[in-house]
Amino acid sequence: MSAAGTPAPDAAPDLEVRAVTRRFAAHVAVNAVSFSVPRGSFFSILGPSGCGKTTLLRMIAGFIQPDAGTIAIGGRDMARVPPNRRPVNMVFQHLALFPMMSVGENVAFGLARRGVGRAERQKRAAAMLERVGLAGAAAKRTDELSGGQRQRVAIARSMVLEPTLLLLDEPLGALDLKLREHMKVELKQLQSAFGTTFVYITHDQSEALVLSDRVGVMSQGHFEQLGTPQELYYAPATAFVAGFVGANNRLSGTVRTVEGGLIDIDAGEGWKVRVRAHAPLTVGAAAQAFIRPEAITLARTPAELPPGQSAHSGEVTDMLFDGANSAVLLREAQSRRELRIALPQTGAFADLRPGARICFGFDPERGIGFAAT
Amino acid sequence: MSDAAAGGRWSRRLVLALLLAPALLWLLTLIILPHADLAVLSFRERVAPREYAPSLAQYRTFFGEPLYWHVFVRTAFMSAIATLVTLLLAFPIAWIIAKLARGRMSALLFVVCLIPFWVSETVRTLGWMILLRESGVLPAILVHLGLTAQPVELLYHDATILVGLVYTSLLFMVVPLVGSLESLDNSLIEAAYDLGAKGWSILRTIVIPHAAPGITAGCIVVFMLTLGNYLTPTLLGGKNSLWFTEQIYTQFITRFNWEQGAAFGFLLLALSTAMVWLGLKLSGQRFSDVMRRV
Repeated sequence: MSAAGTPAPDAAPDLEVRAVTRRFAAHVAVNAVSFSVPRGSFFSILGPSGCGKTTLLRMIAGFIQPDAGTIAIGGRDMARVPPNRRPVNMVFQHLALFPMMSVGENVAFGLARRGVGRAERQKRAAAMLERVGLAGAAAKRTDELSGGQRQRVAIARSMVLEPTLLLLDEPLGALDLKLREHMKVELKQLQSAFGTTFVYITHDQSEALVLSDRVGVMSQGHFEQLGTPQELYYAPATAFVAGFVGANNRLSGTVRTVEGGLIDIDAGEGWKVRVRAHAPLTVGAAAQAFIRPEAITLARTPAELPPGQSAHSGEVTDMLFDGANSAVLLREAQSRRELRIALPQTGAFADLRPGARICFGFDPERGIGFAAT
Repeated sequence: MSDAAAGGRWSRRLVLALLLAPALLWLLTLIILPHADLAVLSFRERVAPREYAPSLAQYRTFFGEPLYWHVFVRTAFMSAIATLVTLLLAFPIAWIIAKLARGRMSALLFVVCLIPFWVSETVRTLGWMILLRESGVLPAILVHLGLTAQPVELLYHDATILVGLVYTSLLFMVVPLVGSLESLDNSLIEAAYDLGAKGWSILRTIVIPHAAPGITAGCIVVFMLTLGNYLTPTLLGGKNSLWFTEQIYTQFITRFNWEQGAAFGFLLLALSTAMVWLGLKLSGQRFSDVMRRV
């Protein structure tokens, strides 16, 4: 399978990044990042723009050399191996299909560079196009294709070379929302069909959650947390991850009481919010509490709230209707802090109007508190 | 259709006609009229003083006299070589300006290419003569370095003519090349590299196909300028330059044989048209696409 060098031992992960650092002048773009990606899995690097994820990806592809650290692909150290000799291919942000070539020539391009004969590469390109659902498109020009089809050509162009690793640089970024949703599913299916290891970078947390087996959340050049989408969502390791992955209510304040694993945070004007502390906190410390919109229960009266939840109340400021993601925005009565609360799918609170007063509560175990940084 | 709409359309057409008038007038009076007159001239023969008859004698003379068509073919051949050398020299320069240099550096490099054109072509060519003549700067340096025992005459060689022509043409090749290379998305080059291509194959499969309209445009302009150049071949090549424009000049000015000169002029026009057509055919380009690059 691997085109160059000896086949890697089965135990070696397809990608092993160890303490990789890259500086641009005084700016540290990637700071001692380490992770490994096992064979056949889908790994995402998630982060806001400017977090260093593109630099990291370009180092794996070989376009940039790391200042320190090592990158091994398929068990082989990639130091001083140029991009055209790495068992890695990349799907570019704007796909970078060659407009001067037909779809078939695009897919056969890499085979031609490897010296595969014309008949053989046409056959393999056609077979690959069929696998991605574009049978018979070989003679078309690239600008005759739709956005989704172009995406598939870009993937086919890389996959026909049977890389150990496929890198994807926000390939869905240029597509419109509807197509993006569709391509997300398609990308996942293609990955499981090919069984190739994918490394995907994105700033869109929903793409990362839907697609990945594991996600590295990156901020300011380092990994904040590395884990499964479920771990990132339900057990964020840092305040950044809690705020970045999925919708969340962030409440900053001072720790007032500590009771076992639970803390009370004064979120303003004496309004106390009880959440689970991520790490031991002391009374008086500055802290941030995060409570997911769907973790909060709405009720007409405090008595309707499930037992064990402290009752709070607020005034509705806005109703955000978005089908299954509908939410209500409200201001807590005491602190005037704004909160986003998911509307139950039962339609029980569909009649709420701005200005209405409503009770809410949540299980302290489903909120999480971090020391403020 | 209302009167107002029709009136609006007429006034728009009038404005368009007025805007185009200077260009059309220029075309008509300075290009079409003289050429029509030259065409008439070239197809007649003087049978007696002040008496002319229609004939193909001027064209027959051209094909019958080896010197004329030798010079014609030589001019075409040398112009083609000059164009090719200009392309090979201009491509790396254009690549540096379009892809490697940033901001001010790129503008500065452009100015460096432009600077020779601040001086008139005559002065520029005379500058070359000062450098290259037997008692000139370069032969003196060669003697000083001990490379030649005697000062050598560097003027009046074909190579000297080529150097002069390439130097004069460089900018006209660089400009369309920079335009077409700047529009090349760097990620295409990276993608090709990522898919296993190396320097030469990227140039052949990605860069040249993308820049083809610019390359063709530059080659057409440079070829036409070179073919029609009079001063550079005459001054740098001396009597041996044997450039076709020189033959035309001789017929018109020295021999007062306007009929022959006109015929030569049309032959040159036919040659440059044929070469442009051939160039477009060989590179698979369309004239309209190419002209947008100039």
